[in-house]
Amino acid sequence: MSGTTVLDVEHLRVTFATEDGPVLAVKDMSFAVAPGEILALVGESGCGKTITAMSIPGLLPAGGVARSGTVRLAGRELTSLAERDLESLRGKDISVVFQEPMTSLNPAYTVGKQIVEVIRRHQSLSRGQALDRAVELLTLVGIPDARRRCASFPHQLSGGMRQRVMIAMAVACDPKVLIADEPTTALDVTIQAGVLEVIRTLCRTLDTAVLLITHDLGVVAEVADRVVVMYAGRPVEQASVHSLFAEPQHPYTMGLMDALPANALRSRSRRLTEIPGLVPAPVDDPDECQFAPRCPRATERCRTERPLLRQVDDRPDDHLVACHHPGREASRD
Amino acid sequence: MSVVAAPMPLASVRRGIRLRRRFLRRPLAILGLVLVVLFLVLAIVGPFVTPNPLAQDLTTTFASPSAHHLLGTDDLGRDELARLASGARVSLVAGVLSTALAMLVGVPIGLASGYFKGWLDPVIMRLNDTVLAFPFLIFAVGFAAIFGASLRNVVIALSIGLLPTIVRVSRGEALVLREQDFVGGAVADGARPAAIMFRYLLPNAFNALMVQATVGIPNGIIGEAVLSFLGLGVQPPGASWGLMLTSAQQFLTQAPQLAIYPGAMIALATLGFNLLGDGLRDVLDPRDHR
Repeated sequence: MSGTTVLDVEHLRVTFATEDGPVLAVKDMSFAVAPGEILALVGESGCGKTITAMSIPGLLPAGGVARSGTVRLAGRELTSLAERDLESLRGKDISVVFQEPMTSLNPAYTVGKQIVEVIRRHQSLSRGQALDRAVELLTLVGIPDARRRCASFPHQLSGGMRQRVMIAMAVACDPKVLIADEPTTALDVTIQAGVLEVIRTLCRTLDTAVLLITHDLGVVAEVADRVVVMYAGRPVEQASVHSLFAEPQHPYTMGLMDALPANALRSRSRRLTEIPGLVPAPVDDPDECQFAPRCPRATERCRTERPLLRQVDDRPDDHLVACHHPGREASRD
Repeated sequence: MSVVAAPMPLASVRRGIRLRRRFLRRPLAILGLVLVVLFLVLAIVGPFVTPNPLAQDLTTTFASPSAHHLLGTDDLGRDELARLASGARVSLVAGVLSTALAMLVGVPIGLASGYFKGWLDPVIMRLNDTVLAFPFLIFAVGFAAIFGASLRNVVIALSIGLLPTIVRVSRGEALVLREQDFVGGAVADGARPAAIMFRYLLPNAFNALMVQATVGIPNGIIGEAVLSFLGLGVQPPGASWGLMLTSAQQFLTQAPQLAIYPGAMIALATLGFNLLGDGLRDVLDPRDHR
């Protein structure tokens, strides 16, 4: 598998030193993304998905952060790189699209100028060539009349347009990996589909590996190829999108799916189901299933032995789950 | 060429019109602008059209206004208007150069302090407080005593006096702006710190710095007048509004106009810049959109 992957994350662990002691934001994350593949990282707020993603290009907040494990980009180890080397990597080999399109563009310059700046930061093109490339990129992300749009300031564009510009900037240098951190959360539902379509098209045509961070299972179903479900800093289930939605194995994944409003309409009570309880505070890492306190199937074993990611008998090879009692049948009680 | 409706006018143009309209709605700001323009004309054009401000004519001392001497002459028979114009040029140089110098040095320091934070920020801010702790006049007197009294040294002393304010304002702007998403985005796109400071922080701090400039210039004008009045700036026979006030003291009963003219000039010039600055702040402040 590692022969075809471009981004390999293994045993990533991120700890923040705070006044109240260490916070274990990411405890043990491993995953890989192949070129032209969209891997979705799903989980609720605070489960560590953004921290996982931001630690790849070294964008964690400075001070008190300890990171261990390996992050390899096309075989090159990133965790040991100096800040200066990371700077030349960012925007070129790894790009990030953030959640907030409304505030993520520099209000002082036109969008054309900003794209030109990113291009010229990493490629030796003349200003004119870079501008042509910017127009090309804006057309690629579906902005009509791109040449004139280059002269627009960010405040003249709508949120969806700005997010398209952000994506154009992110893919300006043909990155190997595109990290999209909740790229559609701040957008209207009607705009979301268009932006997701752009990401998917770019991923396929440019052969970019996309790491899509989201808490929206609808978005996952729409664009992702594979999914990693995260809980409390660890992966709990990993599968192709079809396998995951067809036969979710982990009780947490099932809980997330039951909580979808569409499923509530189908249920007898017509009431939105929720997962009881709260995410555990990320202060310690006992040898147990961290989901056990909220899990309807938890047994004594769950409280004394941490389940490891493993394959389940009747599922495809790439469907992994970290649970002592996986499968659909038991949740129907 | 096209049947589609005319393109939406560029908002940058509309913004310019909008700002002008907001400015024109403020009579005090317009008054400030008029005073500043008059001051600039006097300082830039004045010396070319008035007689030599140094030419003495001891036969016509304390002359009343006449066609020959529009504002009369002083105690040495020098043309008063010519001296006012020459003094205006000195004031302009002192105000603009000292502000420009303080900005040139202070803005990068302040931006770096606010952007990098860490150990750099407290070090710079405590040094800043140290400069601030010196009363300006005592500092300027010491400066002139060590380096000599001249317009150049006045400009340097004034800019050092202005420096802490500039550093503090640019640091404050940097502190706010560095937390903005677009700065994080620039970091994620591989921008180096220098690029972030000058292409992301500085343009967005422009309004605040612009207002500081309009406060710095009148302060420089007053400062130059004070130092020249005390004999630490422009030296006789050169002309400066402060120096003219000094020499007018002895003749206050005999020829009070010699003190009133330069005094009024100082008051009007600084009032003009302050009104203009207030107006600009109101117009440019994005939080005050109506």
